[in-house]
Amino acid sequence: MKLTLKIWRQKNSKAKGELKTYPIDGIEGDMSFLEMLDVLNEELINKGEEPVVFDHDCREGICGACSLQINGEPHGPDRLVTTCQLHMRMFNDGDTIVIEPFRAKAFPVIKDLVVDRTSFERIQQAGGYVSVNTSGNTIDANAIPVNKQDADDSFNAATCIGCGACVAACKNASAMLFTSAKVSQFALLPQGKVEATERVLNMVAQMDKEGFGNCTNTGACEIECPKGISLENIARMNREYLSASLKG
Amino acid sequence: MAILTSSIARKVAMALSGLFLVIFLAQHFIINFTSVLDPETFNSLSHFMGHNFVVQFIAQPILIIGVIFHFVMGIILEIRNRSARQISYKSYKGNRNSSWASRNMIISGAVILAFLGLHFYDFWFPEIVHKYVESHPVDETRYYTELLQKFESPVRTGLYCLSFVLLALHLWHGFSSSFQSMGWNNKYSKALRGFTQFYAIFIPLGFIFIAIYLHLNQ
Repeated sequence: MKLTLKIWRQKNSKAKGELKTYPIDGIEGDMSFLEMLDVLNEELINKGEEPVVFDHDCREGICGACSLQINGEPHGPDRLVTTCQLHMRMFNDGDTIVIEPFRAKAFPVIKDLVVDRTSFERIQQAGGYVSVNTSGNTIDANAIPVNKQDADDSFNAATCIGCGACVAACKNASAMLFTSAKVSQFALLPQGKVEATERVLNMVAQMDKEGFGNCTNTGACEIECPKGISLENIARMNREYLSASLKG
Repeated sequence: MAILTSSIARKVAMALSGLFLVIFLAQHFIINFTSVLDPETFNSLSHFMGHNFVVQFIAQPILIIGVIFHFVMGIILEIRNRSARQISYKSYKGNRNSSWASRNMIISGAVILAFLGLHFYDFWFPEIVHKYVESHPVDETRYYTELLQKFESPVRTGLYCLSFVLLALHLWHGFSSSFQSMGWNNKYSKALRGFTQFYAIFIPLGFIFIAIYLHLNQ
């Protein structure tokens, strides 16, 4: 497969970036998108050029490290996959592929295609946890009965890998889907109810402080999420937030 | 204080003011539709709305405040949302993951705002002048005739119809979206979305019908 890549190159966070064109040949349909970038980088290194910097880690869709806006969509044209799971068979011989970093004020570019997503970590730190009593009389989690539907919904929310595709897809660069998944996974469990009020207030406050936009319910985040996190989580977070605000 | 400034509070404020306007729209449509069914009923309802103390001095100011609030908050949210992505994508395929109506509420909203300017110029200001500035004897039968005169112009009728199309697009996303904003997303949401989408088509289409009917029945 012969392709033309238009890749965002930016030396550092302060430099002005631009799209640079790279022709590439010999790409197989069974390759993953990141393997295709590995091939390109090998060619660039052999030519003495600077390789393209991009985020990656597990390469099996569970770590949330890979990102990339591919032809106008986060994680590319396939559904329910991360960039590392995206196969080159999704493209045709002769295609031009535009590769950009995820764009948001709260995700500043570090270099080329790598963005700083620590804003997500700060949202998590603001309340995405359950305090555990470690004084010696800790109750076994399995001793507390949990409704099956709640357990399933909580697990589904917890499958969010925090990749940032929701922010990248949203026209407002809103982080509501991510934050709501993190709020929901605890709000649905008895163990999470103790800190429910302060959790949602603190996490939403941190989300706003980071400079993410407002959700306008376009639903783009749900469609582009590689883990299929549902918009129901945003509705749940809105309920949790209103009820927490009224409690004061 | 966070309840007034947070992103979720703003969403809820937009949703509540939007729902209030949706209810007003239904009431406005019902009264307007009587102009097609029976001009006398239209005249008496218009006279009642124009002279009832509660409608004039309580409901009307609340409505105007609701409209202004919805527009101002919409513009504030749009500015904030645009600033959340300062560098835009070179390639962005919004059509692949969301509807045009949902992504362009500010455009449909701006057209509706412009339409409201025209609508106020056509009906509200002349009515205020007629009632409170100039002195006229009370005439309970003037409303239908005045209405017909406004729709004599094909340009005005066309502008009204175009605005109603944009209103349909605004309602298509906004009405169902308001429930999501208030935290309502459950097993009944699909049925509710069906109703909101029916409303989004039916009411503007009804307004278009009334405008064309009045234009053709001069």
